[in-house]
Amino acid sequence: MITNEPKDFKRFTPKTLPQEEIIVSGHRACQGCGEVLALRLVGKAIGTPMIVVSATGCMEIISSPYPQTAWAVPWLHVAFENAAAVASGVEAGLKTLMAKGRIPRRKIAVVAFAGDGGTADIGLQSLSGAMERGHDFVYVCLDNEAYMNTGIQRSSSTPYGAMTTTSPAGKVIGGQTTWKKNLAAIMAAHNIPYVATASPAYHLDLMNKAKKAAMIKGPAYLHVYSPCPTGWRHGTDLAIEVSRLVVETNIFPLYEVIDGKYVVRKNTKPKPVEEYLKIQRRFSHLTPEMIQTIQKRVDEEYEKLLKLEVATQGLEGREGPKEEAAKKD
Amino acid sequence: MSVRKGMEVSIAVAEAVKLAKVDVIAAYPITPQTHIVEHLSELVADGELEAAFIPVESEHSALSAVVGAAAVGARSYTATASQGLALMHEIMFIASSLRLPMVMTVVNRALSAPINIWNDLSDIMAERDTGWIQLFAVNGQEAVDLTLQAFKIAEDPRVLLPVVVNLDGFILSHVIESVELPDQEAVDRFLPVFQPTLRLDPDRPVSMGAFGSPDVFMEVKKQVEEALIGSQEVVAEVWRDFEKAFGRSYQAVERYKTQGAETLLVTMGSISETAMTAVDGMREKGQKVGLIHIRLWRPFPFREFFQAIEGAKVLAVVDRALSPGGPGGPMGLEIKSALFDRRERPYVADFVTGLGGRDLTEEIFEEIATKAEQYARSGEAMRYEMIGVREE
Amino acid sequence: MAKIDALHPWRETPLGGVIQDAGNARQFKTGDWRSQERPKTDYEKCIKCGFCWVYCPDMAYTLRDDGFYEWNGDYCKGCGICARECPKEAIQMIAEEV
Repeated sequence: MITNEPKDFKRFTPKTLPQEEIIVSGHRACQGCGEVLALRLVGKAIGTPMIVVSATGCMEIISSPYPQTAWAVPWLHVAFENAAAVASGVEAGLKTLMAKGRIPRRKIAVVAFAGDGGTADIGLQSLSGAMERGHDFVYVCLDNEAYMNTGIQRSSSTPYGAMTTTSPAGKVIGGQTTWKKNLAAIMAAHNIPYVATASPAYHLDLMNKAKKAAMIKGPAYLHVYSPCPTGWRHGTDLAIEVSRLVVETNIFPLYEVIDGKYVVRKNTKPKPVEEYLKIQRRFSHLTPEMIQTIQKRVDEEYEKLLKLEVATQGLEGREGPKEEAAKKD
Repeated sequence: MSVRKGMEVSIAVAEAVKLAKVDVIAAYPITPQTHIVEHLSELVADGELEAAFIPVESEHSALSAVVGAAAVGARSYTATASQGLALMHEIMFIASSLRLPMVMTVVNRALSAPINIWNDLSDIMAERDTGWIQLFAVNGQEAVDLTLQAFKIAEDPRVLLPVVVNLDGFILSHVIESVELPDQEAVDRFLPVFQPTLRLDPDRPVSMGAFGSPDVFMEVKKQVEEALIGSQEVVAEVWRDFEKAFGRSYQAVERYKTQGAETLLVTMGSISETAMTAVDGMREKGQKVGLIHIRLWRPFPFREFFQAIEGAKVLAVVDRALSPGGPGGPMGLEIKSALFDRRERPYVADFVTGLGGRDLTEEIFEEIATKAEQYARSGEAMRYEMIGVREE
Repeated sequence: MAKIDALHPWRETPLGGVIQDAGNARQFKTGDWRSQERPKTDYEKCIKCGFCWVYCPDMAYTLRDDGFYEWNGDYCKGCGICARECPKEAIQMIAEEV
């Protein structure tokens, strides 16, 4: 289903997965953490040489307990809301130093990792700025649907109805009252060359998208669904199962936006959303009405996505930062 | 060939940044810094300065981008004022504790509210504890010279700390002065290419910005503190090198007609020159008044300060910021604290004035010096006095 | 028992708290986090698909020369993802003998 691939892009197959790890064992993530797995697979697909910028969050904390680091690649963490701004500086610095001959010219992937908090909420401004300026980097949002690192508080990425500590299932208000913010759509609206959603259960798809994102010239955005057994209250062995169901129910459809063109992975016989919701205790308080609301909205959003695919069929490939940047070289 | 030209001081600062051959500039416009960044982006657009100019979307992102660029070994610069500096506050501490060299020009402007675009020192005073080396320029030439020196100080392997060069908004940034721009080759000799001690390099991966538990936090902070204190020697060294190369000398604490002075005005920034004119007037009338102005604010130059005030009986400190509800203005606070343990110390009279761009004239400096002497004669302690507020 | 020594004097603290030994988290054996069960592979059933290696958040499987994947008890936290995802049910979570 991946079309419009960069010229020398070779898709990963089960037997050609790279062995290299950018993050090593010994990190302090929870048992069964879906986010560190997602990070690992994205990093593995992009490969070295790479420089990583992390926002404050689970991944930063579990990977860098001084004096130990689980990062096998150069890594910089500054603050919570500025991964994209720091990555902008890294990218511009590398570019200038190479242009001036102070460091050898080579392709170094600049990859920013942030959670849904550091992306959709406190980090949205710096992300928007970096995308608009067209820096050549990959921004990866590892979405575990709440501010997990600080103890499971809601974010704008928390799905409707989900229980978090700041959107608890109470007697008067039952969980998150707003619908999950659509970050991929916001990124697509920035007209960047590449936007994609991915789930670790579809690991080949995820890795291919990560690789493409890194190969494309200009900004690329990956939204990676990242289960959190601790915050979502499901079994530690269920991260992949949950990542599969979220796609099978169309709650998290897999798609790409390539130069404005939507390419959607079709799922014409989706499972009912209830199958996904019932295995996570963060949804255990949902009423049948709420489940119906969710089902209806999920179906609508999926239909909308298909319509966007049809509507953007005819786009030939616009002049974007990718083309401008290519011209400059 | 060095060139002497009349130019707006903001433009001169931008020209100094160009002479320093910066690699990355990330800046967000805010009055009264705008002319600096506008001129820099013109220089880049015209190909006169080979640097990446990142037009960031906020000051917080400006400093964040500069940190990122410095981490990969690029010579990096930004400029801001007032609200912009306040917005950078979080990152200020991080920049120094990560031991990354960078230079920032702060064009001093009052902090809101009320929103006010004119000059006082409240913006930089709120950043005292951030671990940055802090310098104050008094005129256009100093603004140029301190900028060039700042890069050399910051990048010294014994320092590796960010440096801020302060210049007063409008009253210095927007005036046209005759400034000597040194010759590029001479600058290249004084300020060679940046050789980072540590950088993000795929061939030698390191992790910067790890999370530090209570077991390790204090040791990192102690290291930064020792580097900041130790940087004073490097600053003095750089000033000696600068004098050899360009003929202009700089001190941590500068003196003006302090010989035989019983009362000293203590100032920072460009008001020092107005105060010097006031001192001339007072000397003509036979008053034994002199002036010292503090050029190096952080690390505080205790030794030079004590030397400069030797023999003085009264210090009239002219603060242009206030610590509300506290013992007075920041300069007054620090000076009293520095003098606390001394067996013999002058009377310190702290005056807070010129906030939000309220004009400071020679008459006001005369009033301050006179009042200071009156307070000293009364023998009573004074916390501070605000000068110039309309009472009726 | 996993133990780290961070208690060096301030003069020996690296510049800005930077960590120069990339990947030294390997010194911390998270295997002792397991409290109940550990995965055990029945190599008769294994088809060398590699899912256990792909889906392990702790990189606790390594590819052997013979194409099978070997479990590393030093780092496995016992989450059970590998057992659940193995398409041939070749991995079972069993009680850990000490």
